[in-house]
Amino acid sequence: MKKQYETVIGLEVHVELATKTKIFCSCSTRFGSAPNTHVCPVCTGMPGSLPVLNKQVVEYALAVGLATNCQINQYCKFDRKNYFYPDNPQNYQISQLYLPICHDGFVEIETEAGKKKIGIHEIHMEEDAGKLVHDEWGDCSLVDYNRSGVPLIEIVSEPDMRNAQEVIAYLEKLRMTIQYLGASDCKLQEGSMRADVNLSVREAGTKNFGTRTEMKNLNSFKAIARAIEGERERQIELLESGGQVIQETRRWDDGKGMSRAMRSKEDAQDYRYFPDPDLVPVRIDDEWIERIRRAQPEMREEKIARYQEQFELPLYDAQILTESKHLADIFEEAASISQKPKEVSNWLMVEGMRLLKESEMDAQQLSFSPCHLAALIKLVDDNIINRTVAKTVFEAIVRSDVDPEKFVEEKGLKVVNDADALEKAVTEIIAANPQSVQDYKNGKEKAAGFLVGQTMKAMKGKADPGMVNEFVRKLLNEA
Amino acid sequence: MANIIEDETIEYVSILAKLELSCEEKEAAKKDMGRMLDYIDKLNELDTSKTEPMSHVFPVQNVFREDLVADEGKGNREDMLANAPERTEEAFVVPKTIE
Amino acid sequence: MRILDLTAMELGKKIKAGEIGVEEATAAALAQIKAAEPKVHAFVTVDEEKAMVRARQVQEQISKGQLAGPLAGVPAAIKDNMCTKGMLTTCSSRMLSNFVPSYTSEAVRNLEKAGAVILGKTNMDEFAMGSTTETSAYGETKNPWNLEHVPGGSSGGSCAAVAVNECFYALGSDTGGSIRQPSSFCGVTGIKPTYGTVSRYGLIAYGSSLDQIGPIAKDVADCAAVLEAITSYDPKDSTSIRREDTDFTSALTEDVRGLRIGIPDDYFGEGLDSQVRETILAAVDVLREKGAVVEEFHLSLVEYAIPAYYVIASAEASSNLARFDGVKYGYRAQEYEGLHSMYKKSRSEGFGPEVKRRIMLGSFVLSSGYYDAYYLKALRTKALIKKAFDKAFETYDIIVAPASPATAPKLGQSLCDPIQMYLGDIYTISVNLAGLPGLTVPCGTDSNGLPIGMQLIGDCFQEKKLLQAGFAFEKSRCYKGPALAKELEQESGAVFQYTSVPQQNDSQ
Repeated sequence: MKKQYETVIGLEVHVELATKTKIFCSCSTRFGSAPNTHVCPVCTGMPGSLPVLNKQVVEYALAVGLATNCQINQYCKFDRKNYFYPDNPQNYQISQLYLPICHDGFVEIETEAGKKKIGIHEIHMEEDAGKLVHDEWGDCSLVDYNRSGVPLIEIVSEPDMRNAQEVIAYLEKLRMTIQYLGASDCKLQEGSMRADVNLSVREAGTKNFGTRTEMKNLNSFKAIARAIEGERERQIELLESGGQVIQETRRWDDGKGMSRAMRSKEDAQDYRYFPDPDLVPVRIDDEWIERIRRAQPEMREEKIARYQEQFELPLYDAQILTESKHLADIFEEAASISQKPKEVSNWLMVEGMRLLKESEMDAQQLSFSPCHLAALIKLVDDNIINRTVAKTVFEAIVRSDVDPEKFVEEKGLKVVNDADALEKAVTEIIAANPQSVQDYKNGKEKAAGFLVGQTMKAMKGKADPGMVNEFVRKLLNEA
Repeated sequence: MANIIEDETIEYVSILAKLELSCEEKEAAKKDMGRMLDYIDKLNELDTSKTEPMSHVFPVQNVFREDLVADEGKGNREDMLANAPERTEEAFVVPKTIE
Repeated sequence: MRILDLTAMELGKKIKAGEIGVEEATAAALAQIKAAEPKVHAFVTVDEEKAMVRARQVQEQISKGQLAGPLAGVPAAIKDNMCTKGMLTTCSSRMLSNFVPSYTSEAVRNLEKAGAVILGKTNMDEFAMGSTTETSAYGETKNPWNLEHVPGGSSGGSCAAVAVNECFYALGSDTGGSIRQPSSFCGVTGIKPTYGTVSRYGLIAYGSSLDQIGPIAKDVADCAAVLEAITSYDPKDSTSIRREDTDFTSALTEDVRGLRIGIPDDYFGEGLDSQVRETILAAVDVLREKGAVVEEFHLSLVEYAIPAYYVIASAEASSNLARFDGVKYGYRAQEYEGLHSMYKKSRSEGFGPEVKRRIMLGSFVLSSGYYDAYYLKALRTKALIKKAFDKAFETYDIIVAPASPATAPKLGQSLCDPIQMYLGDIYTISVNLAGLPGLTVPCGTDSNGLPIGMQLIGDCFQEKKLLQAGFAFEKSRCYKGPALAKELEQESGAVFQYTSVPQQNDSQ
């Protein structure tokens, strides 16, 4: 009988924090600038330069630690991790090994198999490395230190995950939590969230862990899922053929669907950590923790519960609206201005989601002012525009954040409720459709509906449908 | 000499330190390091079991910067690149780091 | 009177009074440098042109009343491990033979604010690793008292330059005695302040937890004035300490009545040259006569300071010097194959033997499996040493010690036996481990005419007590520099004299 294997997965997740400046110097963290334009003596490792810690980094790390149920090391320190590589200008990375800021936390995930707690071993603060660009034709690489010194937290999980679904659910949970905290935008594609997968396999039922490998270069959830499957198969094949798994770091090539060892005889993997003498310890007193705790925003679960209770929204709607903090913020603000949460929810859930899907955007990218949505709802309520026109206006709001009142004015989209004008329009339609008039007289109710529709069409949808209906019946009866 | 330093140790340490030693330098390094370690072993005479390691002499803590941008972009680039042994207009140049 | 004979404070006063022009003083120092360098070689870089331009600027600011401090217009030299914008900064290493920093270290900036005219950068042991200035990649500096002897190190260039009147004061740095020991060898006064007093920003690090910048000058008063100028709380240095009591010149009183002086018997026993011992004890007697209370005591742990120091300093150095890799600045080997070969060749060719020795030792003690046994053990020893000093300072205001077991050795004798050389640091090193201030004051010469210095050690932040005792002592003697200083001045034919008649606006 073939052996059954269990996969054991732990994650090391790096998250770039949303600070304005780098962790140890005042250079901007802005993304996408020309090479080496956000650099100074500190983040290029100039001789004699010294690091000074950005307080906001500690605050974000604390916020994430508290939101993931971690213990806080109230006395924490920075250590140097020594290794030579050109993206690391000092040839040591300032990180935390001995006393990381947070430890022993957990998050709860939900998959088809139900709910499960994933342990968090520790969270530590560290600096990001620069970027290497490889010259395709030449035999050199170019070094850009714009990212060097951008603050990161590394969230190290316990080896508590058993399959790709759990890994994705865990990552989604972290991403959601951190986005809600405003500590990072967590974009995998742009590298502001990166996950390294530690994976081993063991025969089902055994207690001891197998030898694990570390997989790097995973740029999307799909790549992560594929890499997990690929590595699981590779390790099982190795074991089945009598081989052994070597503890090593591997690089996933998502295009080829395979990984390759990153070994080099020049890498001894002996980082010679020691406390950085240039930085002093961080003491986090109870008061500071309390202040961060009090400032924690309402998290998703709490919002879902509140939306159901306070706004009487269905669970499904509450879930969709809170899938991104950004969308939830838009919803809440528009609801608060308009005092019509259900209306706001309807617009976002139906028309909003349709537009997002159509243009392949995610809710994070919505950039309109919630007050415009509130204004649109008021226009409909006050019967200044009708529902058909409102959809057009909503689309304009979503696409280019127009002020609905101005937009309606400029485009002449107001409902026509001028009795003379409507009577004139209906008269013309009746005159042009003698057959329908005849049908009506013969008792066909439907013919009236047809004439209302024709009038609305002639008025380009702007007519007040109630009034058109009244005029049609009045004039038909008079005819 | 109580501390005998093996060839492999010198080899290993020179990989960590990114130093390439000649044969004579290796021999000298073995001897030097052995002697230094013998000397350093003197510390074992001290009972330090009840003493915490002291990194900083003074209990200074919580030295922070506020999160305010000071660089205004492009001004620094030329300064930072000025001493580079090999460079382009906008970047440092190193031997290719991947095949 | 001759300009070069003046102390920095005296010159500052005369410049302020208009008796001497800044350019005149600068030209005098530059002429002396020209005369002395072929023999002494205290400088790696001298920038005459820049110095003269700066002298003119400073004179103008003084004349306009924009600069009024005691050091305004006084020419100075800087150890070559402090970054100076636009001026070569080599750490006396081949590795940085072409490195021109884009910024100026905080200590030098503070001096510039005080109106200093920087003449150039002084020679040192490569990356401050050594006790003789012989490990410099640019040739050794010679002791102005006897050119066959070393000036000490690592701030040997700064001390020799002050001794031979090439500058009126200089900055040095001290990681294990690098200001105090060469000050003793060169017969000048130097102080290593309490750790954190002077910003390390821009000081090219050797052992970050031990490094401190300090002044080297002709007398205690100058040291106090320069220290006052370079001391600042610097938000760019996380280990910088905000201090209130930095008006060091106010401590310059002769009154030492009731000052409690401790003489550690373990600093005056075996291994100490008898002439050095006697000269220092005689100096202590001077203080006793002036009313100080002197007592012998046992400090303990002295023999553990050197091994602890070499573990900590080497470990930090191995990491601090990793950035010199041929990528961003400094030396890159001509031929290599691939990245790691480039690293190895550049570093092996760029660093000298003593630097490589310490990088190897430091990498080893931090490597997997040894960290606890060596590095943590050394940090625990450091804690015990600090405690021993804390206890001593419960009883004494000042501890008196030698700065070195003997006077300056001959050139070429020290480097062949590194451990023997390291042992020479025995009286200075624990002061760095404990972060304490230490002042070296010249107190005599041996039978060969080589200077002997007395080291005064104070508790943290007690520089004033050291300056006070040092000042009281030096008032009992007369500063006498090496004969060479005057000889060179005569030889060069450029004897700069001044008269007491005020020369108004001579710079304009």
